[in-house]
Amino acid sequence: MKRFESVYPLRPLFFRKLKNHLITLFSWSAVVIAVGAMVWILGTVLIDGLKVITPGFLLNPSKPYGIPDAGIGNAILGTLLITGGAALLAVPCGVAAGIYLAEFGSGTRLGNGLRFCANVLMGMPSILVGLLVYSLMVVPMGSFSGVAGSVALAVIMFPVIMRTTEDMLLMVPASLREAALALGMTRTRAILRIVCTSARNGLLTGILLSLSRVSGETAPLLFTAMFADSWPKDYFTGPTANIPMLITEYTTNSPFEEMHAAGWGAAFVVSAIILFINITTRICFRERHHGK
Amino acid sequence: MNKLRTISQDNAFRLLCLLAAGIAGVLMLGFMVQLAVDSSAAWREFGLGFIFSSEWDPWSNRYGALPSIVGTLITTVIALVVALPLAFAAALFLTDAPPWLSQIIGNAIDLLAAIPSVIYGMWGLFVLAPIMQDYVQPFLIDDLGLGRIPFVGEYYMGFGLFTAGLILALMILPYMAAIMRDVFAMTPQVLREAAYGIGCTRWETAKDIVLKYGIRGLLGGVFIGLGRALGETMAVLFVVGNIMDMPQTLSDGGTTIASTLANNFSEADGLQRSALMALGIILFAMSFLIQIISHYYLSATKSKRGEAK
Repeated sequence: MKRFESVYPLRPLFFRKLKNHLITLFSWSAVVIAVGAMVWILGTVLIDGLKVITPGFLLNPSKPYGIPDAGIGNAILGTLLITGGAALLAVPCGVAAGIYLAEFGSGTRLGNGLRFCANVLMGMPSILVGLLVYSLMVVPMGSFSGVAGSVALAVIMFPVIMRTTEDMLLMVPASLREAALALGMTRTRAILRIVCTSARNGLLTGILLSLSRVSGETAPLLFTAMFADSWPKDYFTGPTANIPMLITEYTTNSPFEEMHAAGWGAAFVVSAIILFINITTRICFRERHHGK
Repeated sequence: MNKLRTISQDNAFRLLCLLAAGIAGVLMLGFMVQLAVDSSAAWREFGLGFIFSSEWDPWSNRYGALPSIVGTLITTVIALVVALPLAFAAALFLTDAPPWLSQIIGNAIDLLAAIPSVIYGMWGLFVLAPIMQDYVQPFLIDDLGLGRIPFVGEYYMGFGLFTAGLILALMILPYMAAIMRDVFAMTPQVLREAAYGIGCTRWETAKDIVLKYGIRGLLGGVFIGLGRALGETMAVLFVVGNIMDMPQTLSDGGTTIASTLANNFSEADGLQRSALMALGIILFAMSFLIQIISHYYLSATKSKRGEAK
């Protein structure tokens, strides 16, 4: 029999410990880089953004370069409209689809196929969604429109809500379902009143997080909602202002310092909205998650 | 009578849910059909040579996909090479750190993943690119003499494939770290304690036990990060330079499929629009493949987790 040491030569303890310390150092610095990048990016947004934030900046509509009293009011309103429209479209469909996966289709071939489709859709580059909606809506309607932007964002939200709904419903113990059915409830009523109600916090978390994710999406709006300097009054028929496109327009297509500063202001507003939704959602629904 | 009504109500609800779930399938087919139909003119005109041609000339209506494909691959590879070791190390730290610290940092990493990509792009344009031009690239290329290595490039301007890759690395780092953290946390505590018990250092435990146990989940996380880097538009668009030529070196300006689409689509029509749609279908195929691989690996870990319980 071979001796253990000849198969696994013993390494000196000093070098093993040294290596361990070096790697610990490296993993500390990795965390510092990841968190430091966040602090740096958010810090830049905060400092450069706060410089231009005034009530007028938030309330006035955007204007071409050189005209005084410009703001981003129309873009804020447009983003709320477009994201709200997307939520109206995606939330009912997504929740119903998630109910199908969790309650009716689990284990069936159709259910697995649709789950696979949703998984692939979740990883789809968002600019391709823009191309799809451009071909299906913008070309037939003859113009860019806010509602096309809503549809594009809804396409991104839908699979996310579908999969989180499924995951949350599957966490509800089967005994609850059985008890409801044993009391003589119909399946529909048992699902809506018992299963969905007990998974309510999880569902809300999923919906709000997906909402906060799409409100900063830019790529799908490039060819759908576009941008306009007007108030979003023709949401259904014409280009509609929104914050992400305003940032893109002001920073890439404009050589002027003022426009860049306004871009930082808009970046501050959109980050504030997203982080607010994100953090409040996590805080409000946290203890429920831990309970599970 | 009552029972009949109950059954029909249930069936109606079931049908409704099925219809909603069917949207996923319809969307998936919709992507394929729409991209195939809209790009058919370009494929008819150029054939498969489209993929290997590096021409992009709107005046004479000749288009090729090679510069965009190469740019996409280069930026993605740079992002992975930078982000992978960092994500791995950060995830190791998070699994070993005391719970309160790992929770705070875990939350910070989740927030990092919520920042919209357009802000990464803007930050890259106004903050990172000037720093790259003034400090990082002069140091790497002139002082360390890396410019003499082929494909690194002796000329730099702050923008370009390298900077775009770095921004992408920062973007995918939190995603990959979060997935790897979850995978590492799955390793049964007994295995880890056994390793410590026979005298392994923490690194040896991580390398020989945790990594071996969670390798499939780790690969799944890597491919998810890869998919994000491949299709990212805004963060790249701002810093890549958007030059439609074949990149010669890493510090050259270039373009990626997504940023080519974002830049040219609104003004394009006719054959150019069709060529852009053909680029879109190439991107679709790439990300489809990556999704399948990542789900294969991640679902494999899921069943393993079932056994462990």
